[in-house]
Parts: sequence; C-alpha cells; structure tokens
Amino acid sequence: MKKTSSTFYLLLIPVLLWLIVLIVVPHMDLMFKSFRLETDEGNMIFSLNNYLTFFQDEIYWLTFVKTALYSIFVTFLAFVVTFPVAFYLTKVIGKQYSGFMTLLLLIPIWIGELVTVYGWMILLRDNGVINNFLMKIGLINSPIEMLFTNFSMTIGLLYMSMLFMIVPMMSALDSLDDSLIEAASDLGASKWTIFRQIIIPYTTPGIVSGGIIVFMLVIGDFVAPNILGGKSSLWFTEQIYNKFLASFNWEEGAAFGFLLLLLSSIIIWVALKLTGQKLERVGS
Amino acid sequence: MIRTLPRSPLYITGYRIYILLFYIFLIMPLITICVLAFNDSNFIALPWMGFSLDWFFANTDERLGLFKDPDLLLSVWTSLQTGFLVALFSTIVGTIAALLFENEKFRLKGLLYFLALSPLVIPGVVLGISILLSATNAGIYLEETFGIDIEILAPSFWLVVIGQFSFCSTFVMLLVGARLKKFDPVLEEAALSLRATKLQVIWLITIPFLRSAIIGAFVVAFLISFSNFNTTIFLVGSDPTLPVDLYSRIKFSSTPVLNAVSFMIVSFITLSAMVNFAMNRNRE
Repeated sequence: MKKTSSTFYLLLIPVLLWLIVLIVVPHMDLMFKSFRLETDEGNMIFSLNNYLTFFQDEIYWLTFVKTALYSIFVTFLAFVVTFPVAFYLTKVIGKQYSGFMTLLLLIPIWIGELVTVYGWMILLRDNGVINNFLMKIGLINSPIEMLFTNFSMTIGLLYMSMLFMIVPMMSALDSLDDSLIEAASDLGASKWTIFRQIIIPYTTPGIVSGGIIVFMLVIGDFVAPNILGGKSSLWFTEQIYNKFLASFNWEEGAAFGFLLLLLSSIIIWVALKLTGQKLERVGS
Repeated sequence: MIRTLPRSPLYITGYRIYILLFYIFLIMPLITICVLAFNDSNFIALPWMGFSLDWFFANTDERLGLFKDPDLLLSVWTSLQTGFLVALFSTIVGTIAALLFENEKFRLKGLLYFLALSPLVIPGVVLGISILLSATNAGIYLEETFGIDIEILAPSFWLVVIGQFSFCSTFVMLLVGARLKKFDPVLEEAALSLRATKLQVIWLITIPFLRSAIIGAFVVAFLISFSNFNTTIFLVGSDPTLPVDLYSRIKFSSTPVLNAVSFMIVSFITLSAMVNFAMNRNRE
C-alpha cells in the first residue's frame, strides 16, 4: 500500500499548492487589507473605515446596487435572446447544419472580449456603421447617440456573455427525448404548455449553470462598461480599478473587491438554493 | 414545434427570421472590423476611403502599420509567451487535479474541489487584486526580513503568468475531468494486477487515454490567457500583453491599426475553427 500513498501525495501536493497559494491566501489577504487603515503617523490599524466610506459616499453604493441589478437584468436578457437559438439548433434543424451553426457561435468567444467590444464601438459611434446605414436609407437625419450610453453597454455585456449560456442549454436540450414533446403534442397540449411544463423544467440545470456563468462574467466585467458605457454607466469594477490603479488607495479597493466577491457569492448561492442545484454541476 | 412534428408556416418562417437576425447580430462587429482594417483612412470608422494595406505595412509619419510597429509586435510576442507558459503550467496542474479528484478518495475532498471550482465564481477583477495584494505582501515581507528583492512579486511578466495560471487550471481540470469520467477502470485494474505501479498506470495508460482532452485543454488555456484582460490588468508590469496594449490604444490613441490587429485575430481564430471542424468531420 505504500506505493499507492506516495502517488497520492504526488498528486495532492501540486493541487494543494495551487489552491492555497493562489486562491486561499490571496483572498485572506484581500479580507485583511480591507480592514486596514493608515493613521496619520503611518501606522496600520484595524478599522471599518473603508467600509464606512462605501456606505457614506452615495456614488459607491449606488454603483454597487446598479451593477448588481444590471447584471441580473443582462443575465435574464441573455436567456431570453439565446434560448430560442439553443432550441433551434438542437431540436428544429437537421443535425447536418447544427454542427456548423454551433461552431459559428463559438468563434466570438475565442476571439476575445476586447476585440468584439471594440467592434461594437465602431458600429455604434456617431459616425459609425449603424448610424451611417440608418442615414443612408433615410430613416434618420442626424446620428443617434448610441455609444457611451447604457444601451451600448448592455449590447456589449450581452454580446460577450450570452454565448456562454447557449452551450450548457444546448447540452441539456440535447438529452431531452423528442418523444416527450411528441407525446404531449399528441395529447393536445399547446406549445406554451409544452414549453412551460416539459422543456423549461427539463433544461433548468443547463439554464442555471449558463445563467451563473453569464452573471459572473457580467458582474466582474470591466472592458464593456469601460469602453462602451458612458459617464452615467459606471460599473463597480471600474471603482475597484480606480482605487487600485488611479488613486492607489488599496485598502478601500480591497474593501470594494471584497464586497463584490460577497455580493456575487450571495446572489449565486441564492440562485442555486432557489433552483435546487449544486455548484459542482455548474462546472460540468 | 420540433423536427418530427408538423409546423405552421408562420411559426417556422418567424423562427428562421429570428435566427437570421441573431446571427447577423453575432457576426456584424466582426465583419465591420475586418472590412475597416483595409480602409484607406486615418480614422477607425467610416467613411470608406478605398482599399489600402497601409495599416498592415505602412511606415510613415501619419501611419504606422501593424508589422512596422515595434511596440505592438512586442505586446503580441509577450502575449504568445504568456499564453504558452500559462497553458503549459495549467495543463500540468489541471490534469493532476482531475486525476486527484476523479480517482482518489480522501478527507476534505469536497472542500478542496469546491476551492478548485471557485475561480468560476470569483470575478476576474477580484482575483487580480487579491493576487496583486498577496504578491506585494510577500515581496515586502521578504525584503524586510531577509533583505532580498524578488522582482516577480511586483507587477511583471511572471506575475501575469501566475495570475492567469490560477484560474486557467480550473478550466483544464474540468475539460480533462469530463474525459476521465469515461475512462474504463478495468484497464487500470488489469495493469495493476500485472504489477504495474500506480504511477506507471497513470503515465502509460491514463495519460495516453486522455491525450486528445489534454491537447484540447492546452489550446483552451492558451486562448483564455491570450484574450484575458480583467485579471491581467492588475498584474501587468512594464511589458503589456496584447489585450492591455489594445485597451490603452482604444482609450487614448485609436488608429486603424487596431482594426488590423483585430482582423488578424478574427481571421486566425475563424480559420483554425474551420480547419478543426473540417478535420473532425473527415474523421467521422
């Protein structure tokens, strides 16, 4: 049995190192840092000051609440927009086309967020492609202001996150036996009934894991709000970024980061509890 | 509703139009970038001024093409190196983690697996600042106690590699783990009864079985690293990766060279996806 255990430790040690050094310790540091305050004499003391700043300054907690609500909204939007596509690719068209069409969905993911967000910036500018097109066909006379608004930010967030939702929904739909739908239809169920009573319950695991991934990507995103959003569409990650890289107030930045981590964990926990899912399933 | 059921023409036409619009939405920013990369203009957007390869090859006062811009080429090179190293390390550790969690039983396994999955639900920005804080703390501690200055603990090339490794390993673990679930334990038992050591079984039987999944995971880790921005921005030193460089150009000095870089990324990803698709189809 000795050999078995030495192999076990050979596997365990690198994994432990990874998890402790790069996951556990950094987040402990984040928590400790968030309770620190530098006194006028330059000493570090324990303090709740960084959190007080957050609650006292309206712009911080308003941004926080807005980011949370917006992320939930974009996640819902991503579901509404992509569910019909996932259903179409798995159940409606023939297998010979769905492979290629699914591949097309993956390309924007691999190209990366920065390039696609940049593409949307060009499209939505005042002298951008969409405004040019609308003016050419005579629908509008002067450019509509689309860039640097909540609208452009939503488009960017939706675009970069929604495709991560399709894949888990497709694998859930794939395992749904067509004969269940056929049987319901033969028994006279309407489309809406089939959708609500068979398709949605069956695909809930896929929807939940996709939804969590989308929500995480959106709430933790920096690029789309920063490049496509305007002054009025501040995102909480931008506040963290400013604290760390602009005003160099790492203590407040750490408190903000910890609050964001807490917020996203709570929302995901609630979502998992409400739907009776486990985090382990989200991974697969 | 589905393939096998009769469908009203209105339903199917409406559905097709929706799917078409969805794909237009998906492809529009990519097409725009690709076309405008060849625009003979000094501005990133319309109007179209004629075809030109200037933003790839020009080297004049007004225009500096992609292949003549040393800073840009350097950031591409940095990203390629980062991607390779991150993919290498995270493939090794992620595969080890998959072997550990799929094959071994031990105390606290549930907790460790939860930690290994946690990068999925930690916003990238938070992971970035946590690792920055931890590395800075460790750097200060080593400097004050032993008087040694370790450069990689300050924002630098290697800190980016470490930061990206911390979450890429999770994706490798999930991809390799999914394949490992299909492994037939009889193979392992046969080898063990023939007196192979456990390490030999892993090296000679399990790893070859996982080969295609490991290669796939390597590619995924490389692509995630190559396009990562949210974590990288906090860890980057004097040598920016491509997304960091692109971001600062978009914010402060956008010229159509951005379109040219994006065109290269879009065409490379699309081409590799197509080749991969064609090869898989031929194999079947």
